[in-house]
Amino acid sequence: MNGARKIRVLIASPGLDGHDRGAKVVARALKDAGMEIVYLGIHRTAEEIVKAAIQEDVDFIGLSMLSGAHLILTEQVLKEMAMQKIDDVPLIVGGTIPKRDIQKLEEMGVRLIFPTQTPLDTSIAAIQEYLSSRATQTTGK
Amino acid sequence: MERRKEGGKRFTESGIEVKPLYAHKDIKDLDPVRDIGEPGEYPYTRGIHKTMHRDRLWTMRQYSGFGTPKDSNQRYKYLLEQGQTGLSVALDLPTQMGLDPDDPMSLGEVGRVGVSINTLKDMETLFDGLPLDNITTSFTINATAAMLLAMYLCVAEKQGVPFEKVGGTIQNDILKEYVARGAWIYPPEFSMRLIVDTIEYCAKYVPRFNSISIAGAHFKDAGCTSVQEAAFTLADAIEYIRAVLERGIGIDDFAPRLSFFFYTHNNFFEEVAKYRAMRKIWARCMREKFNAKNPRSWLFRFGVVCGGSTLMPQQAEINTIRVSYQALASVLGGVQSMFTCAFDEPFSIPTEENARLALRIQQALAFETGVVDTPDPLGGSYYVESLTKEMEDRVEDLIERIESRGGMVKSIKEGFIQREIVEEAYKKEKRIRSGESVVVGVNRFTIDQEVEELRLHEYNPQVAMEQIELLNQTRRTRDKERAERRIDQLRTAAENNENLMPHLIDAFKDYASLGEVCQAFKEEYGTFEQPTVI
Repeated sequence: MNGARKIRVLIASPGLDGHDRGAKVVARALKDAGMEIVYLGIHRTAEEIVKAAIQEDVDFIGLSMLSGAHLILTEQVLKEMAMQKIDDVPLIVGGTIPKRDIQKLEEMGVRLIFPTQTPLDTSIAAIQEYLSSRATQTTGK
Repeated sequence: MERRKEGGKRFTESGIEVKPLYAHKDIKDLDPVRDIGEPGEYPYTRGIHKTMHRDRLWTMRQYSGFGTPKDSNQRYKYLLEQGQTGLSVALDLPTQMGLDPDDPMSLGEVGRVGVSINTLKDMETLFDGLPLDNITTSFTINATAAMLLAMYLCVAEKQGVPFEKVGGTIQNDILKEYVARGAWIYPPEFSMRLIVDTIEYCAKYVPRFNSISIAGAHFKDAGCTSVQEAAFTLADAIEYIRAVLERGIGIDDFAPRLSFFFYTHNNFFEEVAKYRAMRKIWARCMREKFNAKNPRSWLFRFGVVCGGSTLMPQQAEINTIRVSYQALASVLGGVQSMFTCAFDEPFSIPTEENARLALRIQQALAFETGVVDTPDPLGGSYYVESLTKEMEDRVEDLIERIESRGGMVKSIKEGFIQREIVEEAYKKEKRIRSGESVVVGVNRFTIDQEVEELRLHEYNPQVAMEQIELLNQTRRTRDKERAERRIDQLRTAAENNENLMPHLIDAFKDYASLGEVCQAFKEEYGTFEQPTVI
């Protein structure tokens, strides 16, 4: 994080599910915490999400999923990110994520996971800490 | 979650101040006949029937469906054995969005949040051994409601049940999809036309079927207040009525089959007052604004769901308690049909045992507590009557505001409704964050353990392969040319502004798939791009 550039976060709901209360509320909270939000909305394909992430030069991609199809949908987005060579952009996953899938998502390469009812402050702090720890690692090299 | 305190003052969830005490002076301006009346009499504040639940319990209708039609058929039979009194079909997202299971967008979703229905074959299996003149079925289906109704009627015909004997409900409420639930396909104009087609068709040929269930539930679960939920829903209803009247159908020919659907959340008395107030507003609106003459057109008939976004993953068992209170509020509010969520629903669709426990909430209420013994037992309460009046005034004001903006369709296209809801959802979240709103087990009375590991419903990934295989089989065995001709017939009927229902029935009888039918309309009418509002 350098200078006055705000943290830019893309938020999208991939797949067919249309429930977007969580995505919108988190978007509002991140905005209030000083971040810039690129909100793509629902019914997005992996291609649309990755394309927007490149165009908007975001620091994070956040996916909101409630239907239970998060493993498959996340895999699609990660594949597309690798294909377009933006797999260094950290991926965040939020929504109805049962405990048993958290480790699976982490192993797939998801950096931060916010299951439903994660307090907003926890999510905001996690994003900020992730960036500053990565900045420290980079300067340390 | 919804009980608010600010500087010694107290408020309902909609922000109505609650006084330290209510007494006679708080209801002295209410006219006992004009404002309250008797159960079964205009303006129906106290209920739509004279004796209410004493003689006629609400329908116990647990929203249910998953996997293949066979899986769901078994679950329905199980729930009926356990004493459920009506069916409520949950459909998977591809079915809700008009996609076949082999569509790339269907990946991972086939049979996941509901049952997968692609052709008439599936619908036949879903109701195998369930005679349609013996049971009423509610379908939570919107963008593809006309199509699912057509398939259901095909099943009735195959079972030898005349259409006049088929009872049930399709949600068929697209306007709230654009705002709060997201399962839309077409632009509002074509969507509205499909809805008017179903309402017209049912009024003529399927008179016992509720051709629409105008839903506030999804607004509410997206985060709005109960005043907003009521006002947005009634404003939607007004839009639908206008569209049907424009087709030249008389108000009393279809109004008796309009029904409603809401969430009952935690703020107990406000939820009771919400239903009492809506009955009154609706009766007046139908009689005075739309000049309905048939008293059946004045009746505000509604179903509810209890749970939804009030269900928490932390100490999940608490959810059963929350849902029980919500169910009680619904009964005291005069409900006609009810779905009580299971406590494991913050994680997934319920297991069989948890679905059974959820049904038992309603049975205990109906058969053990005595709350059904006399209608509207809270009628005459200083607080409830005063709150009912306050809800009525606020809801009517908000409907007025929406109407003066040009109605719901316009307000939705402009993103006004979406903005109102997200604003309220965010405020709620902030109140939980600050501790101003208490959520037991979440921000108070927490226990030192992570979300518990429950045995959850397992999604069977084989379902997609099975459904694709079955669809391919149907495609191979049907008369291909006939099915294609039926799709052309649909296109022509659409262009000629004919009612599409008979043509949909023809198409499904010849085993056209849901995806093929919906695709044909997409080519003609396009899809809808939402205004993104955060």
